[in-house]
Amino acid sequence: MRAIRRRPTRTVESMIEYLILGCACISIMILLLIIIFLFKEGLPAFAHIPLSEFIFGTVWQVQAVEPRYGILPLLCGSILVTGGAITVSVPLSIMCALYISEVAHPLAREVIKPLIELLAGIPSVVYGFLALTALADLTQRFTGSIHRLNALNGALILAVMIAPTVISISEDAIKSVPKEYREAAYAIGADKWETMSRVVFPAAFPGVMVAVMLGISRAIGETMAVLMATGNAPLLTFDILSSVQTMTAVIAIEMGEVTFGSVHYHALFAIGLILLGITFIINFLAEALLRRFRGVSP
Amino acid sequence: MSSEYKIEIRNLQVGFGKLMVIKNLNINIMSNCVTAVMGPSGCGKSTLIRTINRLNDLVPECHVKGQVLLDGRDIYDPSMDVVELRRRVGMVFQKPNPFPKSIYENIAFGPRIHGIAGGNSLDEIVERSLRAAALWDEVKDRLDAPALSLSGGQQQRLCIARALAVQPEVILLDEPCSALDPAATAKIESLMVSLKKDYTVIVVTHNMQQAARVSDFTAFLYLGELVEYGETRRVFENPSSKLTEDFITGRFG
Amino acid sequence: MRFRRVKSSIALVVIRLSALIMVGAGVLIFIYLTVKGSGVISWPFLTEPPRQGMTSGGIFPAIFGTLCLMLLTLTFALPVGVASAIYFAEYTGRGRSHLNILMRYATSILAGVPSIVYGLLGLSLFVLYMRFGFSLLSASLTLSILSLPVIIAASEEALRSVPDSYREAAVALGATKWQMVRYAVLPYAVPGIITSCILALSRAAGETAPILLTGAAYYHPRLPTSIFDQFMALPFHIFALATQSVDPVKTRPIQFGAVLTLIMLVLGMNMVAILIRIRQRRMAQG
Repeated sequence: MRAIRRRPTRTVESMIEYLILGCACISIMILLLIIIFLFKEGLPAFAHIPLSEFIFGTVWQVQAVEPRYGILPLLCGSILVTGGAITVSVPLSIMCALYISEVAHPLAREVIKPLIELLAGIPSVVYGFLALTALADLTQRFTGSIHRLNALNGALILAVMIAPTVISISEDAIKSVPKEYREAAYAIGADKWETMSRVVFPAAFPGVMVAVMLGISRAIGETMAVLMATGNAPLLTFDILSSVQTMTAVIAIEMGEVTFGSVHYHALFAIGLILLGITFIINFLAEALLRRFRGVSP
Repeated sequence: MSSEYKIEIRNLQVGFGKLMVIKNLNINIMSNCVTAVMGPSGCGKSTLIRTINRLNDLVPECHVKGQVLLDGRDIYDPSMDVVELRRRVGMVFQKPNPFPKSIYENIAFGPRIHGIAGGNSLDEIVERSLRAAALWDEVKDRLDAPALSLSGGQQQRLCIARALAVQPEVILLDEPCSALDPAATAKIESLMVSLKKDYTVIVVTHNMQQAARVSDFTAFLYLGELVEYGETRRVFENPSSKLTEDFITGRFG
Repeated sequence: MRFRRVKSSIALVVIRLSALIMVGAGVLIFIYLTVKGSGVISWPFLTEPPRQGMTSGGIFPAIFGTLCLMLLTLTFALPVGVASAIYFAEYTGRGRSHLNILMRYATSILAGVPSIVYGLLGLSLFVLYMRFGFSLLSASLTLSILSLPVIIAASEEALRSVPDSYREAAVALGATKWQMVRYAVLPYAVPGIITSCILALSRAAGETAPILLTGAAYYHPRLPTSIFDQFMALPFHIFALATQSVDPVKTRPIQFGAVLTLIMLVLGMNMVAILIRIRQRRMAQG
């Protein structure tokens, strides 16, 4: 323990620095690898499937004699499930965030926050399992739908899944609104709700929007839960009580059955490309929001 | 070495971004003396001494012009080994900042990273440094106790001991007593006086009595410029500048 | 005036109600899963392999597979993740700004990439291109890539929370940059880094989609003996039993048992992380 260490030479020192720099570059490398490999495996699909048919085709039917690779039903499934989840989850989550940061008794806060952290830690396959076993019966009983597993079922379970993300990020945004704003509002005679709705929430709005964006991003990318909850029928429908299949689910299910290198294999990677594109767009929007947010506030 | 000056500073300008903190400063620091740097807050005292061990290099937007000669060699010369410079010029900070390790490990930190052995065992270095910092008697039975269990004044002396352990030539103290009570301050002050036997000591302070008590030379800085510099007694009894006089008599600061 | 008062109190009721719904849903989930699963979990259930075409017996191979997966993932992700964090926290801000912006951008994108896309990368890069096949190696490499953004972000925060006075003290004593990081910063960031790794690992342990594409097996009679073997894993086991087995309803109890086991594993890790964080905070306070 009490030995003398050798001092690193300048060469060692700069070697270490380059090593660390190299490691830091790994995130760029991974991103590049994702882009390269998705393009490499996804683009060949369009040698066989016309791009227009891929994007505007209304039928996804890969087992047929003449397979059809139209992703509209899948896109539709993703939008239906995500849209449903957002509609249910966002208002509830924002209210919940307001409750935690503005209304709740400190003791209640101490209980709720860890609970939400724990909910965020539950794996998606568990949520999927819940949707498949318990939630599906409930939704069917309440709506009388024909399909036991349907888009609504997926949307509801997704709503629960994305809530912790939306709640904790909105809460951060709400909490970071300066105390002076609240005091100013109270000073001119506003009550608690008026202060929240007219002063605190507008000030936190950009941050809350970022939270919603991240929620959307998580919902679109979610695979296992929707896979187990929605029934996996690639139907082009806007009926929330119908079975649907999302873009993520189709990859997870069908990748197990494809021949590597086949058109089907490449088509699944092409769907991956679309998912990656969506990720970029959402990230871009969130960054733009944040930048505007920072630009406005002093 | 022909010059009796340990440190010569010529035409020094230091700025952070667009803000100039030190404007064209010249000063020569005598070897084996205590030199006090005084002045109101924000006059550039800390910046000045952080220039002497190039600690300002840590601040990305800091830029330095002019020369700082240590034993006649410019420390801002590209060939200067900054690490070696900082070994030769030790520093003690405003707030005691021991590492959250044992007392022993705090002192051993410097010798370890430099690989100083020099025939001395680490134990000897630790004992010698603690003795020099007048802390040995208080802690010799509990060298493995956490440094943070010491009182504020003891922590600051530990930090001095830690700086001494790498055998520096110059010791910079940046308002070392501002976080301490009067009793602890008195101990540090007498320590500073005893240190000048072996080291060149530069202490930043905004406390005039302290400067008067411990220093041989006093420099008075105002808005980044050297207003007054000379033997401490002369500066206090017969200041040549109105500004210094105002400061000493407590009319501002 | 009266209307205003009523409106405000209604709004507050709605807010409390939404919080109650959220909390209620959460509590309900935990109670439901505990009640359904706790009767199934027993020592034999945890330590024996499945029998009779998976309709009875235990889930040991799946637990073992998940543990192997986590260990390997940690081995790959920890050094690179921490080194990255060190770069971001200690070495940035010296001219390489374009690179820094690019790195941050990449890290934030990666955090949002769906796990199935990581699965696609793992399949095309590790399984097929690098010919690691469907294996523990491919799956754990994929999971470590997926965990990296989390580890980097949290470790960077841990490093940044080390007080600057330690850095200054070390540098003033003549420490080189690396010595400063190694002896005056890193030791004090270790609890935070451990916490971040545990959280990232617990996330990785529950991931299903990536390992579905890179090597998890529905039924693998023997335990993996090398990193090139296929393996069973808890999350995949749950998925497979619930959706693809011959009789999903008959094996429901096993599924509930496996779910509870996975939850206990994942949340147990979360608890440990939280405890470390609390202890660390206490120690920092004196």
